[in-house]
Order: sequence, then C-alpha cells, then structure tokens
Amino acid sequence: MPKLVTASQFADPDAAYLALVEARRNLSGAQAAELDARLVLILANHIGDLDVLRDAIALAKESR
Amino acid sequence: MIFVGDAAHQVSPFGARGANSGIQDAENLAWKLAARLKGEAGDALIASYELERIQAADENIKHSTRSTDFLAPHSGAERRLPDAVLELAPKAELARRMVNSGRLSLPAIYDSPLSTPDATPFAGTAKLGAPLPDAPLTRPDETATHLLESVRGGFALIGVKNGEGHGAIRPRLPEGIALTVIGEDLFDKKGIFAQRFDASPGAAYLVRSDQHLCARWRRFDPTAVARAHQRALQR
Repeated sequence: MPKLVTASQFADPDAAYLALVEARRNLSGAQAAELDARLVLILANHIGDLDVLRDAIALAKESR
Repeated sequence: MIFVGDAAHQVSPFGARGANSGIQDAENLAWKLAARLKGEAGDALIASYELERIQAADENIKHSTRSTDFLAPHSGAERRLPDAVLELAPKAELARRMVNSGRLSLPAIYDSPLSTPDATPFAGTAKLGAPLPDAPLTRPDETATHLLESVRGGFALIGVKNGEGHGAIRPRLPEGIALTVIGEDLFDKKGIFAQRFDASPGAAYLVRSDQHLCARWRRFDPTAVARAHQRALQR
C-alpha cells in the first residue's frame, strides 16, 4: 500500500471518534448503514484518488 | 460553604479521575483559603476556586463520557463503530489511537482571571494556567535537583539570569514572592528547562502557590510582576 495513510492523523482522535458516534446516535441499524454509504461516497470523493480508494477497500476487507 | 471532590460533582470512574480531581480540588483551594485568612487576597480569589475547578470537572466528564461511549455504545448502530475500530486496530495505527479504554487523568489547564495573558508568544510545554513542567537542574555544588523542588510553599518567581541576576531582581521584587534564578541558584546544564519554558536570558515566570504558571515575560519588570501578583490574589 504505497499511498494510503494508515498512521493516525487527527490531533485528537477521541474527538473524531465522538463525532462519528454522535452522527449515528438514535439511528436504527438500517439508518446507520445508509448514513455510512453516503459518508463513504463523500469521503471517497474528497480523497479523489482511485489507487488510495482501492487500497482502503482492500484494508477494510482484510480486517474482517 | 465550599464543596470539594465527589461531593462537588458527579464524575464517571475512568482514568483515576475521582481521586485525582478531589486532591486537585483541595490543592486549588488550600492556598486560596490561606491567603484570604491572612488578609492577602480578595473574596474573588475564593470564587475563582469554583470557576477553575468547574473547568477541570467538565474536562473529566468529557473524557469519561468519551470512554463510556466507546466501551458501552448506546445502540446497535453505535456498536458497529468500536467493533470496526477493534477489527482495524491490528493493521492500522489510525484505529489503535481510537481504542478508548479510559484516558489517564492529567491536571487541567485553567483559563482563569488569575492569569495575566502573555504579552509575547512562548513556545515549549509550559502553558499559562497549567502546572509547571518539571526540569532536571544542578545546584552550584554540582548536586542534582529538580525545578519543582525549588518552587514550593508560596508564590515564586523563576528568573533566567541575564547580567546581574539576583542583584538586579531581588530588591525590586514584591513582598511574598520567593526568587529562583536559573544560572545562579540553579543551573540548566542539559538545556531542558530552556526548552520546556522557551526560556531566553532575562525571562521571568510567576508561579502560584499550587505551582500553576500565572504570568511570564521576556524581561523582568517589577511593575508587571507586582500587577500579576495582585491579579493572581484578586486583590
């Protein structure tokens, strides 16, 4: 994985985690999955690099 | 009536926050009560206890709420997140940094009316309103000591020698402030004090009785020190 950054980049990782938790507070499992799908599309576009996106998909799949 | 420790606030029991904040409450209050009883301080100094320690309690509750969110998610939708963090953790540092089984309690940095705002910027790990970072120092007889051993028991000014040192500072220092001059009383051979305090020759640091930094300057000015001392006592 030459380009995907897996080192922690947030100055305050706990605050970033909290933002993600709060985004799904009081959502059903199905609603959270829909939220995640939209979030993935937004963040994938923000990255804007297909190689990085493929590396990220591979990492997510192998971590199951 | 003044409340201290768990009597004063609900604290979730993570990271030793209950006992630590109780001791820190007492540390914050003790010197203020003493100064008030001795007639050295105004009533506003006692009021600053609540203001400063509420900040610390808010910080404690924020950290323990975050740990609780990680360890005990509210719902199925939230539970997927800590599971995902733990699944990714063996492969990616980004996830390891989010594993939250409780963050260790650190002393709070007070945004306080007792502090005199910096007139010039300072780098280093010393922060206005925070407890002083310690630094290994050497006495004139070459024995080893630490900074915090020399600043206890009351207000202290730490000066960095520039020319005369004690001779220049002592006669002009307000009453009730102990003086330590780096480069005369104690020596910073390893340069760690200079690094942590972003110290330059002539710099001066005013420290409260609870070892929190309340003012600092690039050069010693007796009028500014007296004003900062009054402010820290709310006189």
